[in-house]
Amino acid sequence: MQGNIASAEGALAAGCTFFGGYPITPSTEVAEHMAARMPKIKGSCFIQMEDEIASMAAIIGAAWTGARSMTATSGPGFSLMMENIGYAVMTETPCVLVNIQRGGPSTGQPTMGAQGDMMQVRFGSHGDYSIIALCPSSVQECFDLTAKAFNLADRFRTPVFLMADEVIGHMREKLEIPDSVEIVRPKTLPEGMLPFTPGPDGVPGFAPFGTGRYTHVTGLTHDERGYPDTTNPARHDALVRRLVSKIEDARHEIADYTIVNEDAEYVFVCYGAPVRTVKEVVDKRKVPKTGYLQLRIVWPFPEELLKRFPKCRAFIVPEMNLGMIVREVGRHVKIPVIPVSRIGGELHTPEDLIEAVKIAESTT
Amino acid sequence: MADKSLEMVECGHRACGGCGPALAARLILKGAGERTIICAATGCMEVFSTPYPQTAWKVPWVHSLFQNSAAVASGIEASLKRQGRDEHVICICGDGATFDIGVLCISGAFERGHNITYICYDNEAYMNTGIQRSGATPFDASTTTSPAGKNSLGNSRPKKDMPQILAAHGAPYVATCSIAYPNDIIKKVERAVNIDGPCYIQIHTPCCTGWGFDGSKTIELGKLAIETGLWVNFEIVNGKLEKVKKVKRKPVEDYLKVQKRFAHLFKPSLNTTEIAKIQAIADANAEKYGIDLKI
Repeated sequence: MQGNIASAEGALAAGCTFFGGYPITPSTEVAEHMAARMPKIKGSCFIQMEDEIASMAAIIGAAWTGARSMTATSGPGFSLMMENIGYAVMTETPCVLVNIQRGGPSTGQPTMGAQGDMMQVRFGSHGDYSIIALCPSSVQECFDLTAKAFNLADRFRTPVFLMADEVIGHMREKLEIPDSVEIVRPKTLPEGMLPFTPGPDGVPGFAPFGTGRYTHVTGLTHDERGYPDTTNPARHDALVRRLVSKIEDARHEIADYTIVNEDAEYVFVCYGAPVRTVKEVVDKRKVPKTGYLQLRIVWPFPEELLKRFPKCRAFIVPEMNLGMIVREVGRHVKIPVIPVSRIGGELHTPEDLIEAVKIAESTT
Repeated sequence: MADKSLEMVECGHRACGGCGPALAARLILKGAGERTIICAATGCMEVFSTPYPQTAWKVPWVHSLFQNSAAVASGIEASLKRQGRDEHVICICGDGATFDIGVLCISGAFERGHNITYICYDNEAYMNTGIQRSGATPFDASTTTSPAGKNSLGNSRPKKDMPQILAAHGAPYVATCSIAYPNDIIKKVERAVNIDGPCYIQIHTPCCTGWGFDGSKTIELGKLAIETGLWVNFEIVNGKLEKVKKVKRKPVEDYLKVQKRFAHLFKPSLNTTEIAKIQAIADANAEKYGIDLKI
């Protein structure tokens, strides 16, 4: 099965009942598959919107009817969604976005893979906020992580991003579909609690429209009732700090990763398609003194995991961009952090990474 | 008068054999002439006419983005005007870029009254990304996002009436035409570029790949659309319907049955109910535009 189709199937397994989307290479198969599957599922809705701005807005609307909602896009479409993404963050609307990353900027390379949106997903809309971003490195992970994204979206009341790339989205591999996937819906709003009063975890219960509560939703800075209160510095400070901390404070608890060779001296930190080359180098070729940390959740960044390699002399970060997550690694450690940047659409070769290990050995 | 021998779109591009939009591109430039600047939205024409490392265009050509050709053209036109220049500024965009994602920018450009000609080559779906429905997709057509099957009869909504939407903006000239009538395209484009103000032309460009017919039948398909009343060639000048192509109408089956996108209306059995609904669309067109020839 293709990664994009696996992602759609993962969403359906997780009970996604609303898909609003717009065709864009290389993500279109997600929408096409949903268009074919959803009419057969009672209560489900596939809707093709007129552009990506509208797609993102539609899934926000659907989420407030209580539906698990999702869209899929790539590069230019992702850029168009940015204002609405900030709106979803501010209104604490649970929803899932699949971004099959392609080469940018602008129209760039529609049919080639990239990881150039990793900073955009974290910081692309205006203002301070935080989000959750998952990165699959296989078709199986496309399925598993898309399903998981819905649970995280509901738990944290936030947009959650499946940041795949064209390589994984169009890859065909064997997929094992489990009999069922874990489904954790958002906590309900307790009686007497206001719609935006946070629980101990910083997340308010969720009362979608028509569930017996008066709910006022706005992108303006708001109080616990949801009513606009835009000139009170303390209110804005408390709200935005909570939107960030409800996610950042959970970064180690929700971390999803694989660690191989904790004794390694040269450690790859990787996510998405480059994981495959790292596995070839470390798992198969067993290049001496190497190990890796694969991150399936990249944002929020679980920096404590970097301490799990006590003998590490240098971290090596292969990315299909000119160096994004490498900066995040670098700001948490005092040893050398070496980027292996590759753009243009092709994966790193094992030789690229072995060369990087040699450079690391010579400089440490 | 337009120089019909003028070739400003070169051969050797990468369109499918029998591509309707490729024909349209060639004819548009014959009508517009050499002093033309083209803004092209993302789409089939953008891709097939500019295969690396070549271009088929012999005039200045800019790929805007998907949604913003009319806005980029607005900037070009407004700036040219300040410089005392008068090149023709033409947008050439597909139906997805025109009917769906680009509406905001088109509406803005027409409301501000820029002296541009916006041309939509209408192949009735997103063909560049692999045949997804658009606001221009006709009723009951099967596409990858409106697939016909047990639970669906294809696209469930009628085609959006973009020419009337632009006419309602007060555009001085709105016209429709078809690649089946080449001289008509040249004439209408020439007329539009010589009118001051925002003009809109929508060209029916059958797509053999997306609609499912043999590439040798493109012109035939274009003619059938007109002869059945499912496409109407007209001109609206300053809000008034001026000229309509009249026909001796054929039943819509003649047009539907030769295209795979409507195959589900004929197999496994003839769906007379749905075909009657499509006939009603043609009848309404005939009534609205008075296309029936009096015999």
